[in-house]
Amino acid sequence: MKRTPIYGLLAEFDTATHLVEASNRTREAGYKKIDAYSPFPVEGLAEAIGFHHDLVPLITLIGGIIGGTSGYLMQWWISAVSYPTNIGGKPYNSWPAFIVITFEMTILFAALFAVLGMLALNGLPMPYHPVFNVPRFAMATKDRFFLIVFSSDAKYEAAATRKFLEGLQPRSISEVPS
Amino acid sequence: MEEPLQPSGEGRAPVIEPGHTFATITDKISSIVLTRPTSDGWYIGFGFAFLITMMLLYAVGYLFLKGVGIWGITIPIAWGFAIVNFVWWIGIGHAGTLISAILLLLRQSWRNSINRFAEAMTLFAVACAGMFPLLHMGRPWLFYWMFPYPNTMHYWPQFRSPLVWDVFAVSTYFTVSLIFWFIGLVPDLATLRDRSDHRVAKMIYGMLALGWRGSARHWHRYETAYLLLAGLATPLVLSVHTVVSFDFAIAIVPGWHTTIFPPYFVAGAIYSGFAMVLMLAIPIRKIYGLEDFITERHLENSAKVMLATGLIVAYGYGIEAFMGWYSGNRYDLYTISNRLHGPYHFWYWMLLTCNIFIPQLLWIRKMRTKPAYLFIISTIVLTGMWLERFIIIVVSLSRDFLTSSWGMYYPTRWDWAVFIGTLGFFLACMFLFLRILPMISIFEMRTLLPEAEVKE
Repeated sequence: MKRTPIYGLLAEFDTATHLVEASNRTREAGYKKIDAYSPFPVEGLAEAIGFHHDLVPLITLIGGIIGGTSGYLMQWWISAVSYPTNIGGKPYNSWPAFIVITFEMTILFAALFAVLGMLALNGLPMPYHPVFNVPRFAMATKDRFFLIVFSSDAKYEAAATRKFLEGLQPRSISEVPS
Repeated sequence: MEEPLQPSGEGRAPVIEPGHTFATITDKISSIVLTRPTSDGWYIGFGFAFLITMMLLYAVGYLFLKGVGIWGITIPIAWGFAIVNFVWWIGIGHAGTLISAILLLLRQSWRNSINRFAEAMTLFAVACAGMFPLLHMGRPWLFYWMFPYPNTMHYWPQFRSPLVWDVFAVSTYFTVSLIFWFIGLVPDLATLRDRSDHRVAKMIYGMLALGWRGSARHWHRYETAYLLLAGLATPLVLSVHTVVSFDFAIAIVPGWHTTIFPPYFVAGAIYSGFAMVLMLAIPIRKIYGLEDFITERHLENSAKVMLATGLIVAYGYGIEAFMGWYSGNRYDLYTISNRLHGPYHFWYWMLLTCNIFIPQLLWIRKMRTKPAYLFIISTIVLTGMWLERFIIIVVSLSRDFLTSSWGMYYPTRWDWAVFIGTLGFFLACMFLFLRILPMISIFEMRTLLPEAEVKE
């Protein structure tokens, strides 16, 4: 019989504090490819699993710059180049009147970039993921906290990793089939 | 047990009643959505709101058939109910963004239990608001002429006009409010996906949840994006009613052409918005038994915001009257005396009563904490804010520079049908929202519990 390949080992914890401790110890033990799941954002958990580079602010800034620049240039080009109209003797490029739309476009693009950038970096939408195969994982959106060591980790070894995770005193350990 | 949620003030109600755990919060909020069968009260309420929405469709259908002549608008009062309602509805929306964005940045954790439905309220109110300029257009099927797009007429919008600014401000506001609300919903939709036992419901919530699994990396980026959105929505919400006020302030009509308009419109918007939040929160917490989550503290804080913004609005009225006299401009001065003694004076005094005099009762603590009193005061404030827009628009237009161009405005039954119709549409949307989506942010409520904090 062919055995299903294992995607990772999933340990379940009762409290946020326990999960952060366990994640820290797992990272310090040399595991690199790990992830933690919680029903709400937990302070310090991202650092505990070794996540540092958050690109969302940069993407948002780029979006804001694109929105603001294109918003102003659009109004300038339309009002001064493509369709110049004399409105009460005002200059064609009446920049104070163009500030409002420039501002709105800055906000609109920055907001869209922030959200779409966040989803793209997170790889969402992703309706299927191997962790959903573990029935207990449904509790991750209620009141349970999970830590996974992926089988792709260089240090992963079915028996040894399981023993290590057991040392963290989780509530349960499940194999995640891929 | 110490209560870290109450940093100051003795005797204040807590943000969340003691005795709750992650599981009870999740169960209580998600069970409202997942419980079957739907209650009779919901069917009656939704059915009633739906009938009024049908009346709206009928009135709008007739409007498209006959044109805006079925309304009471004439020259000089070409901006009748449609623009009054537009300004009123969009103002109501502002409280939702204030609660979700500004109070988030200010770390006011009490907002966590009211931000979700306040944001929904914003969306539906802006949807109602957005209808009016379109219906008022005369040829609403050509609405896309407002947007700058290359066309065979070789024509472009005129960007020096505040009316074009409004198109951008309102559409940006709606879009940003929508994504802010949806992104806030994603983790809760995942909770519903995992807790629903109905196949179809599981699938729909699953698709909407985008496969959210609560990974720490995801949460980190999520929180960053959410915070940035709040930071972006904060200047946005202040700008929207400012731009709406430019529609008036940049014109030269006496009573419109003043620099106090932007701040006092924004304050008025938040004032009416919080009144609507209270009008919705008070029955909802009672009917769904959510007194544990929407406590007296929330009611009292909202009442305080109402009192504060109400005073700014009162200051605005004062400055308008003062500047009318101080400017030495006879037209401005006449506008003030026309409000006080003219043909619409009854409504101006009603406005002062509803918006300034009666809300002073909120200085009394009992008035801020007893839901029944608060509900009545909120109704009065909403009426007053509607009257404010009526006075600004109709009274100013009815008597401007030349007596030969004076006139009166008489709303027709179609004006009322469209206005009341949008109230029904708003309520119908709220009923649907309460039934199919979690009305309180489950994951943000979890973070309010002491257990959510990581102990070193």
